[in-house]
Amino acid sequence: MSDERTLDLLETKIEELRQLNAVEGIDLSKEIAKLEEKLQHLRQKLYANLNDWERVKLARHPKRPYALDYLEMVFEGFYELRGDRVTGDDRALLAGLARLDGRPVVILAQQKGRTTEENKERFFGMPRPQGFRKARRAIELAGRFGFPLISLIDTPGAYPGLEAEEQNVGATIAESLQAMAGVRVPTVAVVIGEGGSGGALAIGLADCVLMLENAIFSVITPEGAASILWKDKDKAKDAAAALQLTADRLLGLGLVDGIVPEPLGGAHKDPIKTASALKDELARRLRELEATPAEERAARRYARYRTIGRFHVAPPSVPETPPEPRM
Amino acid sequence: MSLFKERQYLRIRVDREADDSLWMKCKSCGELVFKRRVRENNNVCPNCGEYFFLTAQERIDSLVDPGSFENLTEPIVTDDPLGFADNQPYTQRLREAQEKTSLLDAIVIGRGTIQSLPVVLGVMDFRFIGGSMGSVMGEHICRAMEAAIAERRAFVLVSSSGGARIQEGMFSLLQMAKTVIVRRRLAEAGLPFISVMTYPTSGGVQASIASLGDILIAEKGALIGFAGRRVIQQTISQDLPEHFQTETFALERGQIDRVVRREELREELALALGFFVGAR
Repeated sequence: MSDERTLDLLETKIEELRQLNAVEGIDLSKEIAKLEEKLQHLRQKLYANLNDWERVKLARHPKRPYALDYLEMVFEGFYELRGDRVTGDDRALLAGLARLDGRPVVILAQQKGRTTEENKERFFGMPRPQGFRKARRAIELAGRFGFPLISLIDTPGAYPGLEAEEQNVGATIAESLQAMAGVRVPTVAVVIGEGGSGGALAIGLADCVLMLENAIFSVITPEGAASILWKDKDKAKDAAAALQLTADRLLGLGLVDGIVPEPLGGAHKDPIKTASALKDELARRLRELEATPAEERAARRYARYRTIGRFHVAPPSVPETPPEPRM
Repeated sequence: MSLFKERQYLRIRVDREADDSLWMKCKSCGELVFKRRVRENNNVCPNCGEYFFLTAQERIDSLVDPGSFENLTEPIVTDDPLGFADNQPYTQRLREAQEKTSLLDAIVIGRGTIQSLPVVLGVMDFRFIGGSMGSVMGEHICRAMEAAIAERRAFVLVSSSGGARIQEGMFSLLQMAKTVIVRRRLAEAGLPFISVMTYPTSGGVQASIASLGDILIAEKGALIGFAGRRVIQQTISQDLPEHFQTETFALERGQIDRVVRREELREELALALGFFVGAR
């Protein structure tokens, strides 16, 4: 976003004036206040009415806090558990134990890389079968010991490649879903950035599904939808709007349970504040879930997913046209 | 030249009624064959054995005992919950698919017997927007499993789907979760689920219900996988083997139990189902 650079510039200027103010002893407080007001005004203008495509870009923003950042800020003592016990360890989907306000929880976390080197290791946050098998292992661990399960979702999707298909990535997603469906502990999933299709959903079948304010969750990337349906890669912006993939739209459709607020301009503008909001919401949702008897929790999870879908009984006349010849 | 294309069942006209031409040319072997013989032969070319697409009804007829099928497909249609439109409104695509197939969505479910063994059967129809899974297909798959539980029948699902229906956005993606959570109930009830994978069983369907059968049977000529050849090549430009995602590829890698010819599928299902009669 080029407007974002203007904001950054303004922020730098204000910071410079502040230092000048402090060091030189010149009273610039009026000027600073004026500039800050202008900055706030610009921020409002730029961020208050983001369109869907701008949200997509914000959800993928390279400065956005990633799962490991939240693990640091929200949880204590992340103790990573690695490997699928068969072929390897996926670095795009992490699993482990941690504490939330002192109590043990199991974490599943999708992690993108910051540097080229890191992205090579983490496959740009796209989990492979090794990751989904590891997820299943961690879900079962949570179930055995009654640890609540928390998923942090942030992936463009499962990694598309020969090796992934050879290892039946589709089935590993199905089995992760199956484990999530059946685990008898409270489960909360949070989309912290990009919720990309089956690779995201694999760890997203939960009692409570939250999204950060500028996160997205979609059946396909806007670019993918543009190329398949519009037959035009440049229509990603239109596809983003049509897919209704933003947090507020999905809340409106009743497909997610809550939105964790982000500072104006996105989580990266104030990661600590975002993390603190996330922590409060996680703690509150977990308290609610734990106060619910296990049987009822299972029944609610079942009802939640069993009723997803929008359809109606067709008027009896449709379609009465005779069958056309086969293609 | 793309081998992907070659693996597809050929799309040809096999009309129910006699029309201007009683003969068709098989695109695989080039032979002129009598259309009715093709139809009577499960849409397999009588000359070279090439498989052509089966409609859901033709598939059902090829599997169940004659006269045993009772259609349980309620007349429900999607609400188009997103009001989706690309170059064409979703409602129009739906209408066209409905007119073409005489179906309201891409699946038919019902009860019947296969060599006298009672089953609830779900069969996808690829002609309907690529057999894609949206609200309606997800709902029918769940109702089929619930009928199987209520009537203590086995569940057989014949997949022919490109995956989730993009036009229903997250409602489609979440049908994966919905079918998986109901599949658990079927397992808890101790009822067998046989998943039959045909051309194609891919995307969100392969990554959910289709892969969770107690037994996975692929029809010869099937395509089984999550991400398609084109997606992989566009994303990471990787060279893929010729038989990528074919039934042989899947069998060699331990992804499916068995590969069966179309004309033997009925026999095969009866054989498999027979082991579960009286179990539990």
